[in-house]
Amino acid sequence: MSIPANLVNRAAQATPKVLATRMRGLSDRAIAWVFVGPTMLLLLAINIFPLIWTIKLSFTNFRANRPNANVLDVGIDNYVSVLTDPDIWLAMQATAHFLFWTIFLQMVIGFALAYLIDRKFRGHGFWTTMILIPMMLSPAVVGNFWAFLYQPQTGLFNYAVAFLTGVPPSSFEMIGSVKLAPWAIIIVDTWMWTPYVMLICLAGLRSIPDYIYEAAEVDRASTWRQFWSITLPMVLPFIMLAVLFRGIENFKMFDMVNLLTSGGPGSATELASITLKREAFEKWRTGYSSAFAIILFVAVFGLANIYVKALNAVKNR
Amino acid sequence: MMSQGISTAHSVVEPSARSRWIAGTLVALYALITIVPLVWIILTGFKTPPDSISYPPKILFTPSAEGYCNLFTTRSRQTPEYIAALPPAVDTCDKVARHANMVVAGPSNYIPRFVNSLIIAFGSTILSVGFGVMAAYAFSRFKVPLKDDLLFFILSTRMMPPIAVAIPIYLMYRELGLSDTRLGMILLYSAVNVSLAVWLLKGFIDEIPREYEEAAMVDGYTRLQAFRKVVLPQATTGIVATAIFCLIFAWNEYAFAVLLTSGTAQTAPPFIPIIIGEGGQDWPAVAAGTTLFLIPILVFTILLRKHLLRGITFGAVRK
Amino acid sequence: MKSIAKMLPGALALAAVTVLGLASTAVRAQDKTITLCWAAWDPANALVELSKDFTAKSGVKMKFEFVPWTNFADRMLNELNSKGKLCDLIIGDSQWIGGAAENGHYVKLNDFFAKEGIKMTDFMPATVTGYAEWPKNTPNYWALPAMADAVGWTYRKDWFAKPEIQAEFKKKFNRDLAPPKTWTEFKQVSEFFQGRMIDGKKVYGAYLFTERGSEGITMGVTNVLYPMGFKYEDPKKPYAMDGFVNSADAVKGLEFYKALYKGSTPPGLTNAYMGEGLDAFKSGQVAMMMNWFAFFPGLYKDPNVGGDKIGFFTNPSDKGKGVQLGGQGISVVSYSANKNESLQYIKWFASPEVQKKWQAIGGSSAAKAVLNDPAYPKSSPFAQNFLDSMGMVVDFWAEPSYAQLLLAMQKRTHDYVVADKGTAKEALDALVVDWKKVFKDDGKVK
Repeated sequence: MSIPANLVNRAAQATPKVLATRMRGLSDRAIAWVFVGPTMLLLLAINIFPLIWTIKLSFTNFRANRPNANVLDVGIDNYVSVLTDPDIWLAMQATAHFLFWTIFLQMVIGFALAYLIDRKFRGHGFWTTMILIPMMLSPAVVGNFWAFLYQPQTGLFNYAVAFLTGVPPSSFEMIGSVKLAPWAIIIVDTWMWTPYVMLICLAGLRSIPDYIYEAAEVDRASTWRQFWSITLPMVLPFIMLAVLFRGIENFKMFDMVNLLTSGGPGSATELASITLKREAFEKWRTGYSSAFAIILFVAVFGLANIYVKALNAVKNR
Repeated sequence: MMSQGISTAHSVVEPSARSRWIAGTLVALYALITIVPLVWIILTGFKTPPDSISYPPKILFTPSAEGYCNLFTTRSRQTPEYIAALPPAVDTCDKVARHANMVVAGPSNYIPRFVNSLIIAFGSTILSVGFGVMAAYAFSRFKVPLKDDLLFFILSTRMMPPIAVAIPIYLMYRELGLSDTRLGMILLYSAVNVSLAVWLLKGFIDEIPREYEEAAMVDGYTRLQAFRKVVLPQATTGIVATAIFCLIFAWNEYAFAVLLTSGTAQTAPPFIPIIIGEGGQDWPAVAAGTTLFLIPILVFTILLRKHLLRGITFGAVRK
Repeated sequence: MKSIAKMLPGALALAAVTVLGLASTAVRAQDKTITLCWAAWDPANALVELSKDFTAKSGVKMKFEFVPWTNFADRMLNELNSKGKLCDLIIGDSQWIGGAAENGHYVKLNDFFAKEGIKMTDFMPATVTGYAEWPKNTPNYWALPAMADAVGWTYRKDWFAKPEIQAEFKKKFNRDLAPPKTWTEFKQVSEFFQGRMIDGKKVYGAYLFTERGSEGITMGVTNVLYPMGFKYEDPKKPYAMDGFVNSADAVKGLEFYKALYKGSTPPGLTNAYMGEGLDAFKSGQVAMMMNWFAFFPGLYKDPNVGGDKIGFFTNPSDKGKGVQLGGQGISVVSYSANKNESLQYIKWFASPEVQKKWQAIGGSSAAKAVLNDPAYPKSSPFAQNFLDSMGMVVDFWAEPSYAQLLLAMQKRTHDYVVADKGTAKEALDALVVDWKKVFKDDGKVK
């Protein structure tokens, strides 16, 4: 793995690039194709072709559980149905509520943790590793056992809250009440993914060179001032990145919530993906759910596009 | 830009001992609180089924092997006379079952699911990281037409909800006979992970100076040899970090697994939440299954945690 | 092109993985093995034990794939729709018969029955119609009735026997405490036990189905709706639902279920079905529990609440009688590669000796040989209740689009009963609209 020092020196005296790369074997052009090819092929087969198929399906009334029935073209009927269905809008509302609060809480707690860990106290490696563990679990399995923890009679959560606040354990129920269930899923998601945000912020904090702080000390800037004018702006691109990743993931959220509440009670925690699954794989309304899927995709794609442009602007300033 | 000698009690950028102590305590507190649910689950794996659903919850209990035994076997409840008429119990789990008036009827499906998880997760990780490092190298070093757009397109493949992707994949696999096959799942997970792999690895490879390969090529290596002998070794940290992320995703994935697999290729995540005991969920068995399933990832991640930190941001903040 | 011939890391990986993937899906043992798919519950475990007899007699090995009820329909219908070869035999729910028959998932069994001398008249008529026929009431058989089931009730006999409890009840209601025969009586008993301290722990009146995801709450409310007058359609005019689904009686019935749910059940059971009920009853939380008869053998054997502590009663009546039909039939999957061996299994299972063994080991036979046997009513404390229930069973729609009909009812009843949305009348009116739409899409109504 060690590279002889003279190689680097000789690089400076290297013959022109064009000659060097054409010396032997495949041309760079060919290698580029061969290297990029398999990835593109895989993505075309498993992502693009199905996406085009979904678009095609969204204009029909196809139902996957009746493959022998007549398939009619229905134009944009499915799209109109989706956009005028009040249940779909309720699901989007539930998703938006979930997205906002999980991102907000995870940013605040994650950044705070990263800041504290960056103080480099004794044993911080050990504690950091322990904090990371929740994010290594399968979200589905997490949803399942948090349902167990949230049971008012037999679960740990109510008793822990009772222990800390004196409220009797049977007086409230997290996943059973229409008001508290959305918070139940937010708590579990935050429990799982705050470490992820913390890691990103930590990498951001560690990327700030020391000399900037030293220069600020020379200028007699207070710790508070340093935080606001150095730390926060330089970590901002990382925080925005964490928001992007968590936002995309939570928009798609399905497994954890489905196993925790099944979208209930009623439809209080029925997120967009859960509605999609019901339509596609329980009611087998394939055409209709394809339209919904395309709408969701366009929404995320559009938002992400705008967001990444903003992110690049922040990075390049 | 030399640092001036400021006479303070501590070095300029080092926090004071007191603030470090406060930070340490707060972080330790957070770590302990968030680990409690996990500890509870691990403990539940050693309770008997009635203990696990006792109300109020039991913190002190007599440990039992029932959880783990129930995880690995299927049993049916019979009358004491029926049990007395059977040949003597063979192993621990037989004895545990008979003690509870049950008979072991056969092995459960947990081990085959766990093996499926191993094959599918590791297989897809190898594939996605393999393809990913090649594509990342090409994007990094060569002028690929529409590079920025292609890279964003690759990222955007991760934006579709898995359920949405599953609809056409379901139909496609049905036609191709890939439904409920390990190969089908490996291809699917690889396709999902390769986008992340390309993004991360491009960042890492961007960090490696081109001069090294060029010098090697001057020395007579072909581009491919330079790639193998110069670039790959330097990119090891990045490859390991990427592999960890791909592995965690594939290992823990649920939505595709539950929709596209059934008895043959099903992995552990769809299986664990549906382990039923005699009534509701067999919580000790579920807890045991969860604990065992976590161990490989835990070991893997702890051993390679330094790479994890580097991997989280590379390729992402850099374009 | 020497470089291409060199091993690219990706190509090697792909080759290795493909070989691994293909090898692991290769055909296995030489011995014939067939896979039976069912729900994961007590009777399934009993069937594993019983099937050892089939393996001994025929040499065909058995593998089992059990999925819990809450995921069973999803998973298995998914499997059938994807023409999966996993299941050779499937013990599918009674409501799947329509879809399975019309989409060609099940093998039609008429010829096989005729050849092997298996007569449908050997099985209880309600089970034949419910589990085997499609279209209903025509002699087209797609399954052999395997598991006869209905909703029944258990209660804590030991609590009912406590003298102080009996005295207090008599004082309050002027009658003896006994398992309720009508829904009015039921409400009195359940509210009586609600919040009472028994043996140092707070207990609750009853356990009701409320599960949202698959079929739970529907399978619960129908047991109140049927006796109070709910009907799926006009008996004289198929698919005419106005005034039958949302009649004033039906509305009263739905309101009654909600009143019971709010006033006599333990907290936290907003998404509870079979398993949670067993947990609630076995951990001593409730005085009465609604559940399927399938679980009663296991409950009776339970060390904590079985034996003398447990009693059983039939679904209470009101203006009329009615109880939700459960149960399944066993079918051969038409995509199976082992149809002959699977048919052998069905032949073995249909024989009277095996049916008697099935009943003894924890299953619930639908065979007249078992149910009409004079010793049957005494064979267990709930046998008579079961016979009475089977005499008044009503089933949910078994149409090919039953899943959509079921999901609509799940949504409307759960929204009203658990999530406090709207009134019972609004819920049932909305349900009629939902169902009309499904039937319209199917072409069954204009």
